[in-house]
Order: sequence, then structure tokens, then C-alpha cells
Amino acid sequence: MLEINNLHATVEDKKILNGLDLEVKAGEVHAIMGPNGSGKSTLAYVLAGRDGYDVTEGSVTYLGKDLLDMEPDERAGEGVFLAFQYPVEIPGVDNATFLKTAYNAVRKYRSESQMDAMQFLKLLREKRELLHMGDEMLRRPVNVGFSGGEKKRNEILQMAVLDPKLAVLDETDSGLDIDALRTVADGINTLRNPERAVVLITHYQRLLDYVQPDYVHVLSAGRIVKSGDKELALELERSGYAGIAAPAAA
Amino acid sequence: MSASRSITLPYADRFAEIETSLPGGGAGWLSTLRRESISRFNETGLPSPKVEAWKYTNLNALAQLDLRPAGAEHAGMSVAVTEVPRIDGAHRLVFVNGRFRSDLSGIEGLPPGVELTTFAAAADSRADFLQAHLGQVAQTNGHAVVNLNTAFMGDGYVLTVPEGVEIEAPVHVVSAFVPGTDGAALAYHPRNLVVAGPGSRVTIIETHLSLVSDSPYWANPVGEISIGRDAEVRHIKIQEESLAASHLAFTRAHIEAGGHFDSFVMTVGAQLSRNEIQVILDGENGTCRLNGVYLLRGRQHADTTTWIDHAKPHCDSDEVYKGVLDDRAHGVFQGKITVRRDAQKTNGNQLNRTVLLSEKAEIDTKPELEIYADDVKCSHGATAGELDENSMFYMRSRGIPQKEARILLIRSFVEETLEEVAQPDARTYMERKLERWLQKLRREGDAQ
Repeated sequence: MLEINNLHATVEDKKILNGLDLEVKAGEVHAIMGPNGSGKSTLAYVLAGRDGYDVTEGSVTYLGKDLLDMEPDERAGEGVFLAFQYPVEIPGVDNATFLKTAYNAVRKYRSESQMDAMQFLKLLREKRELLHMGDEMLRRPVNVGFSGGEKKRNEILQMAVLDPKLAVLDETDSGLDIDALRTVADGINTLRNPERAVVLITHYQRLLDYVQPDYVHVLSAGRIVKSGDKELALELERSGYAGIAAPAAA
Repeated sequence: MSASRSITLPYADRFAEIETSLPGGGAGWLSTLRRESISRFNETGLPSPKVEAWKYTNLNALAQLDLRPAGAEHAGMSVAVTEVPRIDGAHRLVFVNGRFRSDLSGIEGLPPGVELTTFAAAADSRADFLQAHLGQVAQTNGHAVVNLNTAFMGDGYVLTVPEGVEIEAPVHVVSAFVPGTDGAALAYHPRNLVVAGPGSRVTIIETHLSLVSDSPYWANPVGEISIGRDAEVRHIKIQEESLAASHLAFTRAHIEAGGHFDSFVMTVGAQLSRNEIQVILDGENGTCRLNGVYLLRGRQHADTTTWIDHAKPHCDSDEVYKGVLDDRAHGVFQGKITVRRDAQKTNGNQLNRTVLLSEKAEIDTKPELEIYADDVKCSHGATAGELDENSMFYMRSRGIPQKEARILLIRSFVEETLEEVAQPDARTYMERKLERWLQKLRREGDAQ
């Protein structure tokens, strides 16, 4: 589904990604771990198409198409979803309206018919159950006044509604207490299926206790320096990044 | 450009001609007031951009118009009730070309003691009251545009709310322009007066509009609002004049101890407009909130000029004006806060935020703090720029195309301020204005 080859990227002329390779197939869950500054969030933003993240070398192929050639909204239309580390507050636009606008925009991109308000509300109610969210959170402005946990749940709700093929979750576990973590993890697990690939970007092993990855990769200085299964995450938990990251940095 | 500090307004010469036809034309004191005002005006003329307070707003083009003072002959134009905006349940006063139209108005069930009349009627039936209050709040002899208004004031509303009385339904005042058959460019100078007794409460909604789109005219309303001890006055204004119009409005509120003034102004109309508000917090624990939004496109020019004068201790003022400017539109924000030496424990906050949608759009923003007391908390901030890149990317990453994301973000930006409007009908009305403004933006985007 996703093939990243020799990806180099800069942010404000600073080299962040230095020849990253990754292959993700449908149905797989990949965890990308690494110390601060290793390029985790840059990878997420490059995949989602954020301005200011310039790819200088390499390629990203998604379902046979050149992902880097698409606008951010086109990528979403093609089924790419990024859950933000810091979800953005949008005052004055209620959550339900925002979700409906996004949902219908994606349907339009896929040449599917628009869904009316009543139909959409029904869909939304089903999805929100998954995240234990009340109607009240749907009526409030997007992320405004939401707690850290509510914001992350809202990200997963958006993912559930938009039904992506490739979901990239950037530090979705950060800032969550154990109950919120469990709710979010349950949401992600429910959304796992054989057609959907998930890339979990995380600093800590904690989330991986709840969402079991098929593969774990360690990112250091903009490259993947080690790959393994979920045992690798446990090893990192015990020994830290230092031992693994050092050779690549040298 | 001329170095002169004044702009001559040929129109002022017509004063002698029409003086007797103005309300109270015969009465001694009112006539004296008018004559004093016109002679003060003639000394200064209209302020040119050489005058600091008018640095960014040039009245030259306005003075070039062949303006005529709107008279009784311009008041009777055919207007259907359905053409005029309506707020259900509100007490309604409709003015056409600056003159009251009873056939379009309806005032029912005012609480006992409340007096709501027109300026013209008050000049006859409440002359003593008018003489006692007129010019008491707006003592602005040095303000040329106010002087011109005082000379020519033709009509307006006069509202008295007695002590402890709350008028539940809002008072809705509509000022509509309709071109006269003689095709003249009209000027009208409404004068409004509100005296809210101690502990009283009232909400006033003003709508300023044109029922046609292409005739030039000038609306020059002046309002004086006196807010008694613990009284609360909400003043909501929607300025949606035609794009051929000029609109220069001046409002001054005087707040006694514990009183509250809440002003909201939406500016979407007029080619040239200025909304000037002065508030004097003249008793302890008074509060005022000045909020507004301006949505401008084409070559519209809108100036928001405010002065909040903290004269007594323990008063709070909050001020947020936000604007969206497209094309070559020009916005001006001048916000002055004065804290007098006695006004300890003052809280004053001011914010001006403008989104520029085009490289040619421009905002001049000038905050000004004059603080003479030492125990105060005052803040001011101004931002101008494009829509927030982070929010834009967030929306686009959800599949929302750039154009639509832009519309949503502008709506978000404006709606955040509209939420401050407590009167639900006025807020709904303004939300509809916002949607119409956005629709046009969307259509333009489609055409590109």
C-alpha cells in the first residue's frame, strides 16, 4: 500500500529525513518509535503534505500513485488520514458540521453522493459510541475547550468517520491518562481491518500494550535504523534508545 | 495633495436655506444650538487627513458629491413594509432618508413610564427634556462631523427608560435610504438620544441600509447614550449601507457607577464608513464591552475609532474588533484607552485582529494607551495577516479543499466574535449577513 524509498526531507533548510525506507501493506500495523528530534513528526507531515516540509530526494508511492504529487485534501480523498499530535482548535465551527463537511468533501472527491444532515447524524452517532463521546462534544466548536484526552478521542472519531485506508497516528498517546489511553486504543483496535494500514508514531512503548503492532521500527537521525516485531518495543522500554540509536548517529 | 487641515463642504452653505424646516426650527434654544454648531463647523470644515484622528480616512471624495440635505419631501418615498428588515417582537422604528415613517413602524406594549419618540416629535412635545439632555453626553464641540450633525439633525429616536425598568423586547431602529425623484445625492443627520435610568435595562438594535444599490448618499448619525447607576444598555448595530454610500457614525456613552454598556457593530456596507464610539466610565464598577466585525471587499473603506475613558476606579473595559478584508479593501482601527489619575484598579483589554485575503487589502491599526494611574491592568494587541496556516492544513488534511477550508476558517474567525452578541435575533440576522458575504467569496473563487 505504502512504499517509501530513500526519503530525504528538509524543514526550513534543515535536513530531517535522511534516506528513510518503509513498506506498509494493507492490514498491517507499524509502530515507528524514536527519540525526540529523530524525524517522527516530520515523516507524518510529509505523508500528509504539509507546506514547508520539502522532499529533496526519494519517493513515496501510495496504492501505486505518487503521493508527493498530491495536495493534502487529495491525499485525504485517496484515503490517507493523519491524526495530529496537537489537534487544532476551530472556534465557531461545531464538531458535527466540521465532520460532515470533511465527510462530504471526501465523498465528493470519490465521486460519491453527498449525505444529508439526517443521514450523517445517524452515522455520526454510531461512530461516536466507539469513542464513548456524548452528543455534547459534537455540538461544541472543534476541539475548543476540549481536554487533551477529548482532543485525541476526537481525532480518532474523525478517522472513524472518514474511514481511511492508511491512518498515520502522530503521538496519539501523548498527554493521555490511562483511561483515556485505553479508550483511544480501543477505538484504534476497532478500526483495524484487513484493508486498512496503520502507522503509529510514538515515543513510548505504552500505547503498544494496547494496540499490538505487527512491526516496530526505530527511527534515528531521519532513518530507520532497526526493525523488528513487538519484542523490539519491549527491548527499547528496557534499554532506552541510546544503544540502538548510537550506531546510526555515528 | 493639499496641506490644508480642512476640506470645504459646499453643502454647509445650505444651512440658512433649510434651517426653519428643521425640527424645532422656531424654538430659541435649539435654533441657537444649531447656529452655534454650523458656525463651528464652518470654522473647521471637514477634517482632512492632516488632522491626526482622520489620518487614515479621507473625506475628500465625500465632499465632492453634490449633496443635498434630505428634507420632508424625501421622506415619503414609496416603501413596502416587506422591504424593511424585521425582528419579530421588537418595538420598531423605521426612518426613511432620515425621517420617521409611522406607517412602517410599530411600537406596542412598552412598560409604563418608558418614552420612545422621535427626535422631531420630542423637539415639540418634550422640548424641556431635550434641552436638558441634548449635547450633555456628546459634548464634542471640536468634532466637525458631530457639529454638522447638530446643525442639521433632522430626526432620530429619543428613548427614556425610568429607574428599575427593563424593556424585554429589543428596540429595533431601521434607517433606510431610498433615492428621491429629483435624483439628488442625499445627506441625512439622525440624532439619537437614550437616557437609561438607574437599574434599567434595554437592548437597541440599529440596522442601516439602502433599498437600492447605486445612488450615492451620506448617512451621519450621532447617538448619545446616558447610562444611569447599575443600568445596562446593549447597543447592536448592523451597517449594511449600499456600496455607493458614505456612513459616518458617532456614538458617545456616559456610564455611571455600576452601569454597563455593551456595543456590537457589524460593518459590511458603505463605500466609506467610520464608526466612532466614545465611552466614559464615570463611576466606580462601571463596565463596557465594545465588539465588532468588519467584512470588506472591493474598494470599501471602514474605520473603527474608539476611545474608552476610564475616569473612575474599579472599572473594566473589553474591546475586540475583528475584520476580514478582500480585494483592495482598507480597514482602519484606532483604539484609544485613557486611564485617569483617579482610576486605580482599572482593567482595560483591547484586541484588533484582521485577516487579509488579498495582497492589496490593507489595515491600519493604531492602539493608544494613555495611563495616568499606577495600579492598572491594561493590554492591547493587534494582528494582521493571512488565515492561520496550521488550521488550514488541519482542514485540508481532512479532505476539505483549500477554497472551502478558507470559507470555513473565515466563518470560524468571525463567528467567534458574533458569539458575543447576546440578543439571539440580532445574532441570527448577522450570521445571515456573514453567510451572504461568504457566498460571494465562494462564487468568486469558483469563477477563478
